[in-house]
Amino acid sequence: MSEQLAKQAAPPPPEGEEQVDRSREFMQRLMTGTPMLSVLAVVASLVLGALLIAFTDERVAKTAGYFFARPTDMLQALWDSVAGAYTAMFQGSILNINRIDTLQQALTPVSNTFYYAAPLIIAGLGVAIAFKVGLFNIGGQGQMLVGAAVAGWIGFSVEMPPIIHVTVALIAGIGAAAIWGGIVGLLKARTGAHEVILTIMLNYVAYWALVYALRSPDLLRNPDNNNPITPGMLETAILNPLPGFKVHAGFLIALAVVVLYWWFIERSSLGFQFRTVGLNPAAAKMAGMNVGLITTLAMLFAGAFMGLAGGIQVTGQVTTGFTSHIDAGIGFDAITVALLGRSSPWGTLIAGILFGALKAGGYNMAAAEGVPIDLVLVLQSFIVLFIAAPALVKTIFFLPKGGRK
Amino acid sequence: MSSEAPSTDTSKAAEGTHQPDTEVHLERVVVRKWRPAIALAALTVVAFVLTVGFGTDESTTFSFAKGSDFFSIPAVALGVRVIGIVSTLVMAAITGIAVWRTLARKRVWGWLYVVFGAFFAVDFLTWAGSGSQFSFTDLMISTVALSVPLIFGALGGVISERAGIVNIAIEAQLLSGAFSGALVASITGNTYVGLLAAMVAGMLVSFVLAAFAIKYLVEQVIVGVVLNVLVVGLTGFFYSSVLSSSPELNNPDRLPAIALPLLSKIPVIGPTLFNQTIIVYAMYVAVVVITWAMFNSTWGLRLRSLGEHPLAADTVGIKVGRWRFWNVSLAGAIAGLGGAYFTLDQTGQFTKEMTGGLGYIALAAVIFGKWHPLKATFAALLFGFARALQQTLSAAGSQVPSEVLLMLPYVITILAVTGFIGLSRAPAASGKPYAKQ
Repeated sequence: MSEQLAKQAAPPPPEGEEQVDRSREFMQRLMTGTPMLSVLAVVASLVLGALLIAFTDERVAKTAGYFFARPTDMLQALWDSVAGAYTAMFQGSILNINRIDTLQQALTPVSNTFYYAAPLIIAGLGVAIAFKVGLFNIGGQGQMLVGAAVAGWIGFSVEMPPIIHVTVALIAGIGAAAIWGGIVGLLKARTGAHEVILTIMLNYVAYWALVYALRSPDLLRNPDNNNPITPGMLETAILNPLPGFKVHAGFLIALAVVVLYWWFIERSSLGFQFRTVGLNPAAAKMAGMNVGLITTLAMLFAGAFMGLAGGIQVTGQVTTGFTSHIDAGIGFDAITVALLGRSSPWGTLIAGILFGALKAGGYNMAAAEGVPIDLVLVLQSFIVLFIAAPALVKTIFFLPKGGRK
Repeated sequence: MSSEAPSTDTSKAAEGTHQPDTEVHLERVVVRKWRPAIALAALTVVAFVLTVGFGTDESTTFSFAKGSDFFSIPAVALGVRVIGIVSTLVMAAITGIAVWRTLARKRVWGWLYVVFGAFFAVDFLTWAGSGSQFSFTDLMISTVALSVPLIFGALGGVISERAGIVNIAIEAQLLSGAFSGALVASITGNTYVGLLAAMVAGMLVSFVLAAFAIKYLVEQVIVGVVLNVLVVGLTGFFYSSVLSSSPELNNPDRLPAIALPLLSKIPVIGPTLFNQTIIVYAMYVAVVVITWAMFNSTWGLRLRSLGEHPLAADTVGIKVGRWRFWNVSLAGAIAGLGGAYFTLDQTGQFTKEMTGGLGYIALAAVIFGKWHPLKATFAALLFGFARALQQTLSAAGSQVPSEVLLMLPYVITILAVTGFIGLSRAPAASGKPYAKQ
């Protein structure tokens, strides 16, 4: 996996002759380079999504019945359904031209995008940092649940002054999830067990442990409520939203964490070891690096990111008490975020914002046009499939297959 | 994909025994494995603490009879404390034998584990159901019911991984099978066409997996995970946009149960195994045929060579890419049939995410079953039993938190892959794309 990811992350520059026209070479690079492929992958996925919307639209089905008598009707219905859905998506995530009377109204869609993006970005880094070491962290769900449970417990049961309370809750969540992730790294380093299997299994262990804790009033359940839900967070343990918006300090934390990740991977010596182990564990071992330790640390850090994402979930997104679904699928979305962002700090940031936009827009689309929110999942997975197979995207768009001469 | 370090015991023992190059006969490598004995000892202690320490003086009544039996087995009442003491003693004795065999550097007999397991199960059941009465036959029936999709999924997983393609997408194959089974059976009004559609749907998922893994050399685990998300999204999308507004598309006839003459009248076994739908009978056939064929047929030999050493397979003229593609497709069809069990046998209706992560348990069964079709089937049965037990016990209002039982398959798998209960090792080339040189 590591080699393949490395290849995707940094394709070898094509070794052309010197006298090749500069602008042509630039175009070549632009057309075959990774950013262009990412854009094309998104475009291809949106087209496939459009087909889904069109084929399930009732008016399209009705007008298709007399397609040969009046084809324009069906084409019109097709256009309406697809354009309507994607317009609603755009209006929910970026800008709604019809509602820009006040600055607050104009900024609401973007702020919602940032609101949904914050945990996605942080969790995406939790997958990305494992990728850097050649590990595949599918354990985001379990790690987030552990982080959320611990952060949440401190958030609703311990009384502390403001700001300090949120900080302590988040740090405790980070610590707990780091241990949960670190177990995987340790087991992998000591026994050679595959991290994919370990993380999948630990997801379910964490899930059922949380369900159990949510059932017992001594642990997490709200004693005043018979449903498996925790009490709401105390006022001091909440990341307060900007007045008039949903977005809160979580997005700033996400930005800070991206910078931290950038510094760690690109500038720190430990980060260098991470990358070396990811590119070639044998060479890293020869160079005197402790591969087992790096593996353990990588999963520990991955868990830490996931724990922060889980903490943000309970202190920022859902503050009125949480259930066993507090992870909201972000642990799995994070995989797609990291893949789309190719595990780079800025790529993950952009991918997180894109998927945050899809989510914000998806809810708006579901409300306004009645297109099920599941479409967002479909789009996300199409994007990742296309990203993962650059050759496929090049075939679809008739692009030259660069790098081979 | 990963640097697999074999467990320490084996490597240490192997160091000690040197094998001269010229010798033709192989030297017997004696390995002293302490882990099984330790595991038995730990379980005995657990059983002792739970059932004797926390035991009650109540008794649990097991009933066996069903109306259709030839003769009825009378119900048995077992005292919790008595059974606790007796079983713990037997378990301690077996642990002792295991320790003695290990000290003598001899293999611990397989049947000892079975006896141990049986006593542990009876002891645990009696303790967990303290004071209540439950039907053992019903427990077995729901064990089979909960195991069927797992077994199909596990068989698909075994075939796919033996062919060298990691199949994380079992969940996707089950879910797509369940969806298209329900949809097509509703449209055509023919359940058997629905079964066929379920197999085709599982195969389609496999096509994508195989195409990305074989042609585009994409990391197979990633494709698998993404396919799971994709199928959850697609089926959810169609469910919300089409099925919920036109419920007639989600109303398949359920398959009838076929009671086999005579066999279905045997107490306990009859209602459990021989009063089932065609899907379950197909499963029996599939388990037997696949297990036999994998180790005794040309197909099986080629399949295993693909997963262990594709280069060697290529050298003798097996088209690695094509063979992998069709075997993964076969695996998808099998798992898809398992998906149909949800909608065409159990519920008669598709609901969102109705497989609820069972595909991942099937994956666990593949690993716990050491990539062997029959062992994987038994692993799936064990996991099915854990779920059935959880349902039975929580219905009986047991003192055991049901979440602990629900966690069990996953914990066992973790112990299995980390080598505490026999090291599970994947086919050597599983997950590695093969590019012809």
